[in-house]
Amino acid sequence: MELICPAGTPAAYREAVEAGADAVYCGFRDETNARNFPGLNFTRDELREAVAHAHSRGVQTYVALNTFMRAGSEDTWYRATDDAVAAGADAVILADMALMDYVADRYPEQRLHVSVQASASNVDAVSLLVESFGAKRLVLPRVLTVAEIANIARQVDCELEVFAFGGLCVMAEGRCSLSSYVTGKSPNMQGVCSPASHVRYREDGPDMVSELGGFTINRFGEGEPAGYPTLCKGRFHIADDDGYAFEDPVSLDVMEHLDALRAAGVTALKIEGRQRGKAYVAQVVSSLRAALLAPKDERPQKLAHLHRLSEGQRTTSGAYDKKWR
Amino acid sequence: MADLSALKITIGPIPYLWSGEKWRDFYYRIAESGHVDAVTLGEVVCSKRDHFTRPFLPQVVERLTASGKSVALASLALVTLDREVAQTRRLAAEAPLAEANDLSALRLLAGKPHLVGPFVNVYNGATAKLLARRGATRICLGPELPASSIASIVAGAPDIDYEIIAFGRLPLAISARCAHARAKGHTKDNCQFVCGDEPDGLDVDTLDGQPFLTVNGVQTMSRHCQVLLNDLPPLADMGVTHLRLSPQDCDMVAVAAIYADVRDGRMNPDEGTTRLKAIYPAAPFANGFLHGVAGMDWVAA
Repeated sequence: MELICPAGTPAAYREAVEAGADAVYCGFRDETNARNFPGLNFTRDELREAVAHAHSRGVQTYVALNTFMRAGSEDTWYRATDDAVAAGADAVILADMALMDYVADRYPEQRLHVSVQASASNVDAVSLLVESFGAKRLVLPRVLTVAEIANIARQVDCELEVFAFGGLCVMAEGRCSLSSYVTGKSPNMQGVCSPASHVRYREDGPDMVSELGGFTINRFGEGEPAGYPTLCKGRFHIADDDGYAFEDPVSLDVMEHLDALRAAGVTALKIEGRQRGKAYVAQVVSSLRAALLAPKDERPQKLAHLHRLSEGQRTTSGAYDKKWR
Repeated sequence: MADLSALKITIGPIPYLWSGEKWRDFYYRIAESGHVDAVTLGEVVCSKRDHFTRPFLPQVVERLTASGKSVALASLALVTLDREVAQTRRLAAEAPLAEANDLSALRLLAGKPHLVGPFVNVYNGATAKLLARRGATRICLGPELPASSIASIVAGAPDIDYEIIAFGRLPLAISARCAHARAKGHTKDNCQFVCGDEPDGLDVDTLDGQPFLTVNGVQTMSRHCQVLLNDLPPLADMGVTHLRLSPQDCDMVAVAAIYADVRDGRMNPDEGTTRLKAIYPAAPFANGFLHGVAGMDWVAA
């Protein structure tokens, strides 16, 4: 299986190449991709240099253009796509069907990958995008068990990529307006979720309170580390109880399902984390590369120190494991 | 100025799990409403609920059709299981008019007239045009679009109809995991249909007691109820043709009458809003998405 690695900066990009990525994905410094964070992403020049460097090392570059084109400003997305193609991107990762249509029409030779944000979670949805736009690969949303992934792989005419490590969306990707309901900014439109611009931490007696858009997302007691207030991973009051109503502040780690994913026919494993620093990227990529090469019984040892890097130091197999539902 | 009276009133699918009899009786009352032009119905949120209402579906469709309503059957929003794929295929093959709420249904309905529901991402006119080319005759736009986007989408594909959610809690997210079952100590696979205990959704408050969200099975909805009574003239001007009233556990026939009265100038929007509050006191009102701010905000006229 290929290892697809994140890069939010040119420095992280070089680390990912060094550490053993088969492909690195990145985006432009604007709202055309779903990690539109301050200080992150690539200028046109930086992308061209990254592509050339990667090619010299036999590594591919995927450019994420995976937000939905804002009505009236479609040109921003069309131009970004033109520039990604011109820079030599080995694939563009798209979510908006009209942008897929543009690429299929304008650049029929360009390899088209479907972003997780397109939310194609079954054989007919995947087939629609393969038949209509010539998609060569599709990134599956994190709503499927390994068995369901295998079932789709058997029936579709394209490669499948799945998330293996890093952040975990609890909601079906590309279909979530929780962030914009509270802050006015969403993953689909602005490329952000629970944006830092709307985050506030305040002390309340011995507690540290994390807020998003003026709403309490979590309350941490003395000595409890105060995490980032990602909306769906907060503690709330529901059904007469206080708790993590949707999901704990955990991250995704499906390395224990490696053989099952391979047997299921998965082509590529994706590491989430374009917002992460270069040291994180280097460690995660080299560990996962070592684990992919190691025999099964040596894998846990190769992955042991990865757990320390995980958000909140706790991980889950998420929807890949049926019990998670 | 567009003709306000041309705005049609539709009833969207019931998002919650109601008993089969309550579900049937709801539509029998809707059938008698002179203000409702069209109804889209069927289980959109969770395929496990389907058997509660399926036995009543034929007679409900017959009653609505006989009373002159245009009826469409909605497809499931999140399709992952083989049985859900099969169910979507059956719907696409058999329904006289279907509303696609997933890309799978779009594939299956291509080439014949169909509706597109709010769970398919349509953010620009180019996408609307593409869907129209494939057979879409009406698109119900998703909740987070601002007015500027709606106007641009309609302008990009002006030959089809557009519907927006003008009343009701908004669908914000859907998950493979059931937060509703989880809150009551169950998993999705052994949920015991506990979402049926809350016919208007389960409240989620912050730890500081702020009303925040609503859980409805695997779906997360807004705590606020969208109310666009103040915005009907600009919506008609930009080419919106249908107002979707999304059923809440309240007198929806009376809600439809208020929207019709405000639309036709028999009632001013302020009075309409006051009356709506009496009919549906359970939720604060919001219209923020349309005005380009946080969806839960209320922007005064």
